[in-house]
Amino acid sequence: MSADIRIRRGATIHLKGESEKILSDASPSKTFALKPDNFFGIVPRLMIREGDSIPKGAPIFHSKKDPRILFVSPVSGIIKDVVRGAKRKILKIVIEQQEGDVISHKIPAFKSLDRKNITEILLKSGAWPFLKQRPYGIIADPNTTPKSIYISTYASAPLDVDFQFLLKNNKEEFQMGIDILNALVDTPPILSMDADFSGFFEKVKKVKVLRINGPHPAGNVSVQIHKHTPINMGEKVWEVRPEDVVNIGKLFADGQYSAQRTVAVAGESVLKPQYIKTKIGALISALTDITGFDNSRQNRFINGDVLSGKAEASDGHLDFYNNILTIIPEGNKYRMFGWLPFMDNRIPSLSKTSLSWLFGSKGYRVDTNMNGEERALVVTGEMEKVFPMDIYPMQLLKACMAGDIEKMEVLGIYEVIPEDFGLIDYANTSKIEAQQIIKDGIELMINEVG
Amino acid sequence: MNFLRKKLDDLKRPFGKGQKLERYAPAINAFDTFLFVPNHTTHVGAHIRDAVDLKRTMVTVIIALIPALVYGIYNTGYQHYVQTDLPFTFIDAFIHGSWKIVPMIIVSYVVGLTIEFIFAIYRGHEVNEGYLVTGLLIPMIMPVDIPLWMVAISVAFAVLIAKEAFGGTGMNILNPALTARAFAFFAYPTYMSGNKVWVSEASNIDGISGETILGTLAAGGNVNYSFFEMFQGSIPGSIAETSALFVLIGAAILIFTGVGSWRIMAGSVIGAAIVGYLFNLWGANALMSFSWLNHLVVGGFAFGVVFMATDPVSAAQTNKGKWVYGILVGVFCILIRVFNPAYPEGVMLAILLMNVFAPTIDHYVIQGNINKRKKRWASALKTA
Repeated sequence: MSADIRIRRGATIHLKGESEKILSDASPSKTFALKPDNFFGIVPRLMIREGDSIPKGAPIFHSKKDPRILFVSPVSGIIKDVVRGAKRKILKIVIEQQEGDVISHKIPAFKSLDRKNITEILLKSGAWPFLKQRPYGIIADPNTTPKSIYISTYASAPLDVDFQFLLKNNKEEFQMGIDILNALVDTPPILSMDADFSGFFEKVKKVKVLRINGPHPAGNVSVQIHKHTPINMGEKVWEVRPEDVVNIGKLFADGQYSAQRTVAVAGESVLKPQYIKTKIGALISALTDITGFDNSRQNRFINGDVLSGKAEASDGHLDFYNNILTIIPEGNKYRMFGWLPFMDNRIPSLSKTSLSWLFGSKGYRVDTNMNGEERALVVTGEMEKVFPMDIYPMQLLKACMAGDIEKMEVLGIYEVIPEDFGLIDYANTSKIEAQQIIKDGIELMINEVG
Repeated sequence: MNFLRKKLDDLKRPFGKGQKLERYAPAINAFDTFLFVPNHTTHVGAHIRDAVDLKRTMVTVIIALIPALVYGIYNTGYQHYVQTDLPFTFIDAFIHGSWKIVPMIIVSYVVGLTIEFIFAIYRGHEVNEGYLVTGLLIPMIMPVDIPLWMVAISVAFAVLIAKEAFGGTGMNILNPALTARAFAFFAYPTYMSGNKVWVSEASNIDGISGETILGTLAAGGNVNYSFFEMFQGSIPGSIAETSALFVLIGAAILIFTGVGSWRIMAGSVIGAAIVGYLFNLWGANALMSFSWLNHLVVGGFAFGVVFMATDPVSAAQTNKGKWVYGILVGVFCILIRVFNPAYPEGVMLAILLMNVFAPTIDHYVIQGNINKRKKRWASALKTA
């Protein structure tokens, strides 16, 4: 199939432990959690107290800035714990699952659905956080109309999921979700897909198809937007993840908030890597009960992929958005003379100072070692090799470090989010934390420019 | 390995957080990380990291320098024995060269690393590996008979003024190794040019013809070396610059590993070849009619372009900028050689000059990207 967008710069890192195409149900999760940190830029205002008994779909907290944006419980139960960190910052709200009621919303007939009442239902039901906005990668502002909505079904990060398989039982709900998004904005949503394996997404109606070809980060929505219709200053573009299109579809089918989450448990430490069906915020152990993992060593549990995911304790909970849970061994060990060129060639490397390209056919084994220490930025040109946008990544990073807002604007801060710099984190010689720098930069932009 | 690791951990304990010697931790860490890649794991950002780090990158450059260095050591002895008409073997030449050059390398590393360590402790950051390369480059581009104390002063000047004064590794504007050479060149001209300095112990002997090729040409003399001799490098000159052949081996290593920018190297060769060819057509003096091909293999051109112009910190940083920068290095090198007989070796000055202009080149490249974005914004506003 011919591609609409061809990405050349980037890298596909082939790791051991890819999920097999098996879909199992998770074992029952005793507790579920909502973590305000999953929603970048949101300051939470609690709407419940510890010990409250709540039905499924009941609001737990809302955004301080816009009280209409609700975050609701994926299950019915009792508020077991509100975990706070430094300065009483809310880290997570833990809900113990119990039999209980479900909040139902009245859905008007499809024909009478328009932008206004769809927005209202999405907000009221707690499904609004499924809509994310560019610039900044924050939750969409209900007062704005986006230029377009992007749905990327091409997941290109290491060990990332195959959405065709993941959503194979949700084809109708997916179409339903698309119909709703279509009614929400004037233009048909843009459905991007792998040019080589588009599968059932090919048959989805009322969308504009965008076929993508190329290595990671080709699946990132930022890259696709940048290549298709780059964001200009003042413009807004929305993004919905494929499974959340299904969740929106289900909401409008039965009036209940749907928190379906299918997660690929993958990585070298997983014994039976596969897809597990559960709900947003479930216990990680409810998934690893099924897949197992090698507990003879220390492991890192990552909500998300190895490049842009978040570390989580093994007894922690799933995050809100991720469709992948990666488990890899920790790398807290020394390597004698490991810095010599052409040493330890089993560690995947994009640099030609390693022969690792010879050992990649069966997938690399990776750990979390830094493989060096942070140093001054010396090497040039390596970031550009894994950054397919027409943006100078090192210069943008430096502008962010300096907090120079004007420079950040013109160098393209509106077109990127931290995850686009995941490969730069990975590949750069100086071990600079590029994603964190961009995140801080975006935070500055939100505070200063809005 | 475990035994060594345990010993090191014991040794490091007093340098730990909150301990007595915490301030001096960068010094001990530098030794530790030389032996072992640390056990640090990722905390923020990507959870996996590439095997490459700055140490590996710098060591790759050193590996690339070794062929030229080894040949330089041999050639030092070879020039000495040939010019003094003494019988010698390959090993003799090598031993003579080693006696001259190894002390220079030791002085360079000791002085330079001492300053680096002091600054790392003072500023509270880890010791950057950049000096591993600079410290080897400095002796390699000096005349062989330069006194060791001059090497020491040049090194100190380069590290203090060219690097640390600007904020340390990654912040310097000028290439530190070339700054050291330029310092020695202007501070001690009698030791850095003329016909007595390029051959080891030549000043003790009368009637020597130890002038470099470019020096001879600038003085209007005739060159008696064949192209192959110039290419292979059995000619007088700074220690490791003479052999284009062994520099090319280094270039191959740098380009294959991606550590050195092929854009800069290619740009410089193109720039120098074109200007050299144009001067050949003009041919008003000996240097002008010196074949453009010979220009590429004599003097420090090959060495400078491969190892100095490609220093990523002082070169242009954008890919387009690297082309412009490289071409201009080549152009200015030949221009200085031809038009300025006081400085027969143009490549040092050409690179230093372009070091100064590299940020300007990048500025215009990036401004192009910015203007494109602004134009897009403007046209979006118009259609909206």
